Amino acid sequence: MKHCLVVDDSSVIRKVARRILEELEFEISEAEDGLKALELCRQRMPDAILLDWNMPEMDGLEFLLALRKEEGGGAPIVVFCTTENDVAHITRAIRAGANEYIMKPFDKDIVEAKFQEAGLL
Amino acid sequence: MIASQFEYLQQFLKSRSGLVLSNEKQYLVESRLLPVARRHGLSSLSELVQAMQKPGATQIATDVVEAMTTNESFFFRDGTPFQLFRETMLPAMIKARADRRTIRIWCAAASTGQEPYSLAICLKEAAHKLAGIRVEIIATDLSSEVLDKARNGIYSQFEVQRGLPIQTLLKYFTQKGDLWQINADLRAMVQWRKLNLLESFAGLGTFDIVFCRNVLIYFDQPTKVDVLQRIARGIAPDGYLVLGAAETVVGLTDAFRPVPGLRGLYQTGQAGPSAATPRPRLSVAG
Ligand SMILES: C[S@@+](CC[C@H](N)C(=O)[O-])C[C@H]1O[C@@H](n2cnc3c(N)ncnc32)[C@H](O)[C@@H]1O
Repeated sequence: MKHCLVVDDSSVIRKVARRILEELEFEISEAEDGLKALELCRQRMPDAILLDWNMPEMDGLEFLLALRKEEGGGAPIVVFCTTENDVAHITRAIRAGANEYIMKPFDKDIVEAKFQEAGLL
Repeated sequence: MIASQFEYLQQFLKSRSGLVLSNEKQYLVESRLLPVARRHGLSSLSELVQAMQKPGATQIATDVVEAMTTNESFFFRDGTPFQLFRETMLPAMIKARADRRTIRIWCAAASTGQEPYSLAICLKEAAHKLAGIRVEIIATDLSSEVLDKARNGIYSQFEVQRGLPIQTLLKYFTQKGDLWQINADLRAMVQWRKLNLLESFAGLGTFDIVFCRNVLIYFDQPTKVDVLQRIARGIAPDGYLVLGAAETVVGLTDAFRPVPGLRGLYQTGQAGPSAATPRPRLSVAG
């Protein structure tokens, strides 16, 4: 079973994402901001990370840049999942090392399609 | 709507678009046709069916036909056909058409354009292999409404997130507010025509690759056979036919045979070498 870390400051979004990803047979951990996510990654590197952009403490982009510098931090497949839906944001995310990008709102079909693109399914 | 009116609709749709509407589909008729009725200032399906039967009701009739089509489509739908296009069909055709220098592709039920545009993207990415061979993509559909959308190439955020990798989206689309438009150079690669598969398409000429996906499923058996046999006549002897994931020619016609090991791919079997030499019993895929 692959392990996916869901990082979002909204508990509602985390719950929705968890339900979708559990149906796709992922084991789920959750974090409510980038800092907590980084701590979790240090303890146990996930296979995939579903990552919000705007969060208190450390935002998604800062987290991604920090993650890629960690030991083993190049491995997880990172899928942004955010309301930031303009080309400038998407481009910055890809440059920072994101593998795929979901523009909110999302549903199961989109998550499934994007995880497939990213080679996770 | 009384039973005889539903029967009228069934017969009307069968003859106009080939659509087979089973008796259990009454709910579908209501959800699709009530909006059409309202658009024409009518308050019920009964009134709509009556209005359709009046002489000169061509606009209402067309609207009914179009409203009853299912237009769902995705970019790179089902994946495999496009992989086969890149890895099998296109390389074979580049070799076989080295002299004629043109490859002709037909999307026979193109709906809102995702299928022909997915092919256009594949061709863009294979441009260096084409060595100057011209590729034509002709995309047809029965419905003018979907063709208008296809021609504009404008898709919702939802539509571009199913089947398109983010890098492909950035590379070939331009953002317009919350919508995304496929770039002009890709739009220029596709020619659009309104065409009913029940009518003659001999005028389109001969094709090397035909995508006819997720439309035969709506037809009855004789209609499927008729359309397939006419496609066979419009396809080059070494050309390819691609059907949808739930469709096949097996048991319908021997105008086409499945290409061994390559799911969803069919050939007429008249091709020079493969027709002259008997196929080996055990063929290994790819
Ligand atoms: C489900 S879509 C398929 C789109 C695309 N080929 C795909 O597989 O994603 C079916 C399309 O067939 C078209 N169609 C239905 N009956 C037709 C007919 N008799 N002639 C031409 N097109 C037809 C509909 O308008 C609709 O756009």
